[in-house]
Amino acid sequence: MLVYVIRRSLQSVVVLLVMSVLVFVGVYAVGNPIDILINPQADQQDRERAIAALGLDKSLPEQYLSFLSGALHGDLGKSFVHATSALGLILERMPATLELAFAAMLIAVVFGIPLGLWAGLKPNGIAGRSIMAGSILGFSLPTFWVGLMLIMVFAVMLGWLPSNGRGDTVDVLGVPLSFLTVDGLRHLALPATNLALFNVALLIRLTRAGAHEALLQDYVKFARAKGLTNRRVIGVHVLRNILIPIVTVVGLQFGALIAFAIVTESVFAWPGMGKLLIDSLNLLDRPVIVAYLLVIVTFFIVINLVVDVLYSALDPRVRLTDAQG
Amino acid sequence: MSANGGPVLTVSGLRTHFFTRAGVVKAVDDVSFAVGRGEVLGLVGESGSGKSMTGYSLMGLIDAPGRIVAGSVVLDGVELTKLDAEAMRRVRGSRIAMIFQDPMMTLNPVLRIDVQMIEAIAAHEKIGEAAARARAREALVKVGIPSPDERLNAYPHQFSGGMRQRVAIAIALLNKPSVIIADEPTTALDVTIQGQILFEMQRLTRETGTALVWITHDLSVIAGLADRVSVMYAGRIVEEGTVVEVLATPRHPYTRGLLDSVPSNSVRGARLKQIPGMTPSLAHLPAGCAFRDRCARAAADCAAAPAMRALTPTGHAVRCFHPL
Amino acid sequence: MSAAEGAVGAPTAAMRKAQTPFARIVSDFVANPVAVFGLALLVVIVLAAIFAPLISPQNPYDLAQIDVMDSKLPPGSKAATGGTFWLGTDDQGRDMLSAIFYGLRISLAVGTIATALALVIGLAAGLVAAYVGGRVESLIMRVVDIQLSFPAILIALILIAVLGQGTGKVIAALITVQWAYYARTVRSAALVEKRKEYMEAARCLALPPSHIVFRHLLPNCLPPMIVVATVQVAAAIALEATLSFLGLGLPITEPSLGLLIANGYQYLLSGKYWISFFPGIALLLTIVSINLVADQLRDVLNPRLQR
Repeated sequence: MLVYVIRRSLQSVVVLLVMSVLVFVGVYAVGNPIDILINPQADQQDRERAIAALGLDKSLPEQYLSFLSGALHGDLGKSFVHATSALGLILERMPATLELAFAAMLIAVVFGIPLGLWAGLKPNGIAGRSIMAGSILGFSLPTFWVGLMLIMVFAVMLGWLPSNGRGDTVDVLGVPLSFLTVDGLRHLALPATNLALFNVALLIRLTRAGAHEALLQDYVKFARAKGLTNRRVIGVHVLRNILIPIVTVVGLQFGALIAFAIVTESVFAWPGMGKLLIDSLNLLDRPVIVAYLLVIVTFFIVINLVVDVLYSALDPRVRLTDAQG
Repeated sequence: MSANGGPVLTVSGLRTHFFTRAGVVKAVDDVSFAVGRGEVLGLVGESGSGKSMTGYSLMGLIDAPGRIVAGSVVLDGVELTKLDAEAMRRVRGSRIAMIFQDPMMTLNPVLRIDVQMIEAIAAHEKIGEAAARARAREALVKVGIPSPDERLNAYPHQFSGGMRQRVAIAIALLNKPSVIIADEPTTALDVTIQGQILFEMQRLTRETGTALVWITHDLSVIAGLADRVSVMYAGRIVEEGTVVEVLATPRHPYTRGLLDSVPSNSVRGARLKQIPGMTPSLAHLPAGCAFRDRCARAAADCAAAPAMRALTPTGHAVRCFHPL
Repeated sequence: MSAAEGAVGAPTAAMRKAQTPFARIVSDFVANPVAVFGLALLVVIVLAAIFAPLISPQNPYDLAQIDVMDSKLPPGSKAATGGTFWLGTDDQGRDMLSAIFYGLRISLAVGTIATALALVIGLAAGLVAAYVGGRVESLIMRVVDIQLSFPAILIALILIAVLGQGTGKVIAALITVQWAYYARTVRSAALVEKRKEYMEAARCLALPPSHIVFRHLLPNCLPPMIVVATVQVAAAIALEATLSFLGLGLPITEPSLGLLIANGYQYLLSGKYWISFFPGIALLLTIVSINLVADQLRDVLNPRLQR
């Protein structure tokens, strides 16, 4: 097991390095790096100073190395617009995005898995068919449009919930969290639901497919032949088998949620990393763009690693053969 | 166990039909047999003959779009076809148990062996964890599994095929059922392991007095194991009798064909004998005798469906107008 | 164990009467009324998009035809020239219904072109990987895997950040996002086909590789590809709409449905919902109908679900 973790970690570091090269090449080599990194409003003298300071007069590999060492020290450049550390800006906005992502994942799991199980067990009933039809909608509807509809219905027409921004926050261990306040929850409700939609649909389909396939398996027949109650057959035998792939999907989807949050944050003006990215793309604040890409790529790689390890821990077939092998 | 020494399980006129979009599939079409205490009945037939479906029907495991449309199944004096779902659940696994073909798939791969054994006991009686565990351990010993305590904490994939099947047998015996239905339990195993399992099953059924219905396509297994044989074709029983009667003096052309097609029966170098044609689709059975299209002895009167006709007082019977 | 006895369910497909494969596909498809509805809807939408100039009450991009005095009128309002603005007008006075027809054109065109190009590229990559094997295959599939582990929107945004904005760049982004699905699907299917005996036979006959690939391998890999491509058209349309909504997609000169929705966003809170709502419905119907058709196609073309 330990060997496996170490091996996967090394692989992840390699992927991270490769991605850093790609980002580097994308920013520094494609297009004019001078324009990308130096504030276009600087005058000639400042430009020359900046060029020297940024090492743009050095060779490409040397530039990459200084970029890398800067990155390892947490220095990814200064934002053009805010004149502070790009990485610092991202980290400041991260709790808001993570809060949104966690809330969305919670909603997706709480609604998606039970509904999917129901649809899988009674596929031909009205409930089963409508759940599946609903899940198609969940996939098809573009997130931003659903967000707009939510605003239209709940904020404008009914006036129950606020349409943008984040609510009051409470500091927990230095991190401001808003779901601990009522106002915060009110502001969190619509964006989290919006973000969750795609995943609810995904989990419904996955759980249903898993349950449907599991029911055809011999071990279900055998369990029933033993005279076990339906509740036990489904609740223990079927569930235990389908949860393993579902857990991995939930884990992997967390990364996707952070990415999709870009759209939701824009629609609801939620002050997270995603909104920062869109603003930066529109304002051409490239250091922030680079910083965001690196942070999110790191996120993805870490999540993939954690999920892989978790999967091998959960599936006894993988866990035990690895230990012996 | 039957109180008065009569048959433990009596099946009469069982019919299980599947109502599909493509038509009605008569998987089990008028099947009757009886099994006594400690007796082994072999149910023989090719793929598609309906033998597995017969097994599932006895266990009450037929799901939509199929159901038992006619007939009776009497176990220890109780009519199983009339029981509601909950009552049938209580019977299943405790009075009648089943073993399946592929033990890798029948044991749940993500649950430990002890969990899977204890739940089989706990589903039918109130029992403490420790007592249930002790019984499970004892069952493993009885089927010849070494280091039972370690094995209880293991997962199915850590066992070999033969061991897994022994575990399945142990589970079947846990609640001391009157009948065990074994659906091709040795087909997926190596020949040597097959021999071991067959020996174990024979020993266990003699010791415990459990009746055994052994479903298979392999005649050699039946020869060594069973007391009586019923041969199935296209959902119907076409011949039945004691093992000696049926295998030594088969009276139905199909049985004769089956026996002839076993390679060891042929003379070396001679062409292998085959039954011409193919088994009919259960959705489109020909009227009359189902074997008509493949039978060398078929005549005009075979267009009417024959019924089982006893040939000897010991119960050798055939479903044929022109038996051998 | 024969399939007839394996499941405690229905018997095998062998029981059915023999039909030509195409006839079977059509009859299976038609068996589901929801799918037929989806197909009908899709046909209507595509026709509307193709014939947009003919059926629109006005050409919303001809400055001579719009009047800013007509702006932000609710649905059903009458125009000064006598027609009716069935779905209202936007902030420039453009008739929403016409804008939607034109927008459908652009959305569908961009989505379809991007999918078609991605299909060709992905198909080529996947077939090469499967046929050549070895290091080439590992490399291609490794790239595919890494790309597929990142969400589409992220990849699209990275590309836009690097390449800049514009129609061609948006299409390039959409293609980049999609090709990996096709490559992976084709390669899996091709690997299965490669092991089949007819491939062995073709090789023994010393047929040229291109012949083997195009006449033998490709047609058998097509069914899963059809399903993936259909779903991806919907996904491409949705992605383009999202990018346009964020202001990072198509330029204003090519107003797709996403851009129309973005235009109306600011008026949502003041109750002028129709500027965003109706284009959104059009987008929704397009995507849903494509997905309904794709879903049924998947079930129909999947040999494992034959029962």
